[in-house]
Amino acid sequence: MGILEVKDVGKRFGGLQALSDVNLSVKENSVHAIIGPNGAGKSTLLNCLVGKLIPDTGSVMFDGQSVLGRTPHEINQMGISRVFQTPEIFGDLSVMENMMIPCFAKRDGAFSLQAIANMFSEKDVVERAESMLEDMNMADKRHMHAASMSRGDKRRLEIGMCLAQEPRLLLLDEPTAGMARADTNNTIDLLKQISDERDITIAIIEHDMHVVFSLAQRITVLAQGTPLVEDDPENIKGHPKVREAYLGETA
Amino acid sequence: MEAIILQILNGLDKGSAYALIALGLTLIFGTLGVVNFAHGALFMIGAFCAVTLSRILTLSHTIIDETKTDFLGNPAKVEVPYVHDIFGVATGDAIIDWAVPLSILFAVPVMMAVGYIMERGLIKHFYTRPHADQILVTFGLAIVLQEVIKYFYGANPIPTPAPQAFTGSFDFGAALGFDPNLIIYPYWRIIYFVFAAVIIGAVFAFLQYTTFGMVVRAGMADRETVGLLGINIDRRFTIMFGLAAAVAGLAGVMYTPINSPNYHMGMDFLVLSFVVVVVGGMGSLPGAVLAGFMLGILESFASMREVLAILPGLNQIIIYLVAILILLTRPRGLMGRKGVMED
Amino acid sequence: MLGLEKKDFQLLLVVAGLTLLAPFILNPFPESSGMAQFNAGYPDLMQRFVIFGIFAIGFNILFGLTGYLSFGHAAFLGIGSYGAIWMMKLISLNVIPAIFMAIIVAGIFALAVGFITLRRSGIYFSILTLAFAQMSYALAYSVLTPITGGETGLQIKSSDSPLFSNLEEGEIGRANLFGMDMRASFELNIGDWLFTFNAGYYIAAIAMLASFYLAIRIFRSPFGMMLRAIKSNQTRMSYTGLNPRPHTLAAFVISGMYAGLAGGLMVAMDTQVGPERMFWTASGEVVLMTILGGVGTLIGPVLGAGAIKYMENILSKINKDVLHEWFAFLPDGLEDLLVTIIYPFIGKGWHLTLGILFMLVVIYLPGGLVEGGQRIARALRGKKANDEDGPKASTEPAE
Repeated sequence: MGILEVKDVGKRFGGLQALSDVNLSVKENSVHAIIGPNGAGKSTLLNCLVGKLIPDTGSVMFDGQSVLGRTPHEINQMGISRVFQTPEIFGDLSVMENMMIPCFAKRDGAFSLQAIANMFSEKDVVERAESMLEDMNMADKRHMHAASMSRGDKRRLEIGMCLAQEPRLLLLDEPTAGMARADTNNTIDLLKQISDERDITIAIIEHDMHVVFSLAQRITVLAQGTPLVEDDPENIKGHPKVREAYLGETA
Repeated sequence: MEAIILQILNGLDKGSAYALIALGLTLIFGTLGVVNFAHGALFMIGAFCAVTLSRILTLSHTIIDETKTDFLGNPAKVEVPYVHDIFGVATGDAIIDWAVPLSILFAVPVMMAVGYIMERGLIKHFYTRPHADQILVTFGLAIVLQEVIKYFYGANPIPTPAPQAFTGSFDFGAALGFDPNLIIYPYWRIIYFVFAAVIIGAVFAFLQYTTFGMVVRAGMADRETVGLLGINIDRRFTIMFGLAAAVAGLAGVMYTPINSPNYHMGMDFLVLSFVVVVVGGMGSLPGAVLAGFMLGILESFASMREVLAILPGLNQIIIYLVAILILLTRPRGLMGRKGVMED
Repeated sequence: MLGLEKKDFQLLLVVAGLTLLAPFILNPFPESSGMAQFNAGYPDLMQRFVIFGIFAIGFNILFGLTGYLSFGHAAFLGIGSYGAIWMMKLISLNVIPAIFMAIIVAGIFALAVGFITLRRSGIYFSILTLAFAQMSYALAYSVLTPITGGETGLQIKSSDSPLFSNLEEGEIGRANLFGMDMRASFELNIGDWLFTFNAGYYIAAIAMLASFYLAIRIFRSPFGMMLRAIKSNQTRMSYTGLNPRPHTLAAFVISGMYAGLAGGLMVAMDTQVGPERMFWTASGEVVLMTILGGVGTLIGPVLGAGAIKYMENILSKINKDVLHEWFAFLPDGLEDLLVTIIYPFIGKGWHLTLGILFMLVVIYLPGGLVEGGQRIARALRGKKANDEDGPKASTEPAE
């Protein structure tokens, strides 16, 4: 029984069957990659996991509880954090403030009047945010305007913000898309370090096979909205069905 | 039954005005992505085009009429409009009488030009700015336009009558087989409705059957892609702005005999037209038209004496009430598309 | 100091100094001089400065922090006014309960309106708030005439005898603070100058300072940070496990209560209300004030409110004769020409000036007067630095 169980999920947009019969099980404390050619339904699947889309059929269970019908912030409070393809951070705020907000969310919950009162005691939050920034090697940038940072730093900050909430499942949507080689390698190292040091499950959607095979312990290949194979990385390499899916797509 | 028909008819003229303004608002919003708070001002400027033309037509010079004498026994001075000199007395009088319909010819180029200048001179620079900035700058523009008109034409409403031929009323009651005199409806209002229907039909036909319209519709759906196809969408959108301005202006021209134009009529209609657009569904042209007529007729029903006896003042809040109810139950409006202004 | 950082405390001190000494500062010209018409140190106008300052400060908490542009904020001001005047008519002529009533009524109404309108954002939110405000206006104007007095509004009449006041039969009650009449003024003549210290003004000024202090606290608090986060990126906000809507609703209610306070103070200063206070142009006016001063800045709304109210009063007082007087030194033709050019922008035409000014600010100076001031300061500082460095670094950095 994995921490995330996707059963028979289907989703249709008008005439397009984006997902059908998706079954997926992500083991706790593993790194699970979901790969597939363009249009395979990876992003749709991810959106179904975080409450942005509601699948037409099937169920999504996180740690034994259904996530369907919950709003993104409720799902996040259950312990799922998401990193976006283009870093979503609070561009108008300073780096330190960016880090403080998830710390508040962790401490006080989604919203309550009590939380507003609690907000005036911010010492523990400041300390946590500072230690989190140090973990991310960003302490020297704490006063910077978040929007003015490089893309790699934004990504690093976003991951740090997600980790500050101590999620049990971290979802990453092509975290290295559009990055230079050096930044990509840094991100790989960072994710490796996170998965080694923390009690965390990582599910990653990725295009870049270099990233996938450096990180993943388990891989699901998605094609035309259905999982094709799920196996360990060494078996995925050279798997005939996978080759067909990719080559068929490019041919 | 008679009362119901009468109220529906009464709602049609206001509904026509709402529909025409909302149509233009939606066109601008759908194509340019701009929320135009100055659109009411375009309606108002249209109305003042009619005022201006009728003033131009009645421009006169004084001559001494030897056949008449004033009360002192001197030869009387008479004002003679220049049109009399040009076209003769009978034709000249007819032209003056028909000033409002003639203003259509006058208003179209004027409004197109106003729209063009507005888009090129101001709105263009706000495409990439946040919606709040667009609202604010067009709001400022609306104040300026309104004050300029006030400066030149004064604060009082200026009566601008319809041609003599249309001043009477049509007895719908008699025509439909009810008692006569129960459903009396002024001719001009019938004309206004027919006029609005023609304009709306023309706009839809234009968008549906011309290449230009097709490109604009494609641009409304997905601006970036159309741009990538190498089509100069911006130029077309400028023309659309001019067209929307002309539609609003014509709505204003023809509305003058129904309500004497004043400088703040644009603002009065603007707020309601926005509500109409939201009820119809942001970005939906049929929605704007449907909601315009629907709310116009609803307002007219709410002004019935029987209704007001129970709920006084209902006519003044009905549109807002309905709008709030609809937005609560159908957040995208009656015919709104998914993905338009979702955030 | 007072839980504020040094810079904010200094700002508070400056504002406190300006408001408390306003009767001096706003009356720089002697009574007999021709410039006396530019004086603004009379109670009525000073009261309006601080009351609209409060209104704009509150509006800025919503618009400046969360980016939600409400186009119907005057409704809360109006409702606060109605609440206050009923309190005075029925319970007590003391302004304190009336003002509290105004805040509470406006807060409850803001909660209801916000609950519905905040289901949508962006342009929808603006139009929904506008619709609500117009509906409130129509309700006050006609539907609820028994409560609101309809078109004529409400005043305190000789027939009103509040519960806790010992008015004599037929005496018209006056707003007071524990017996001190709001209209009580102390006039100080120094040479040719006349300074008026008005009780009502000082009550309103203290209310504004308290509002300003609270606004600083909100801006600097983690709650203010949350609100700025909503403006910055709502997606990240909800994917960080925070529910944006109640945060925004809290800001909406707070800013509605500020508007209610302003409305209550208006009644305390001048015991009457009319529905025109809620008309949507009044809502537009507070938007103008905030933008003109500087959205999202602390001092901006106060500056904007002052600037607009000053212009409204002074500009609308100038007429053709005054203009001719000013330009009398010029040759006649030139004088007439100048007067003709300027005339549309003054007197009754001051709205035109306002509209143009507003457009210019939105187009060229989105940060308002505060940004303008910063730019000038930077330019001056840059100039000094350049003088030392030599002429090479003469251009401003692109940002």
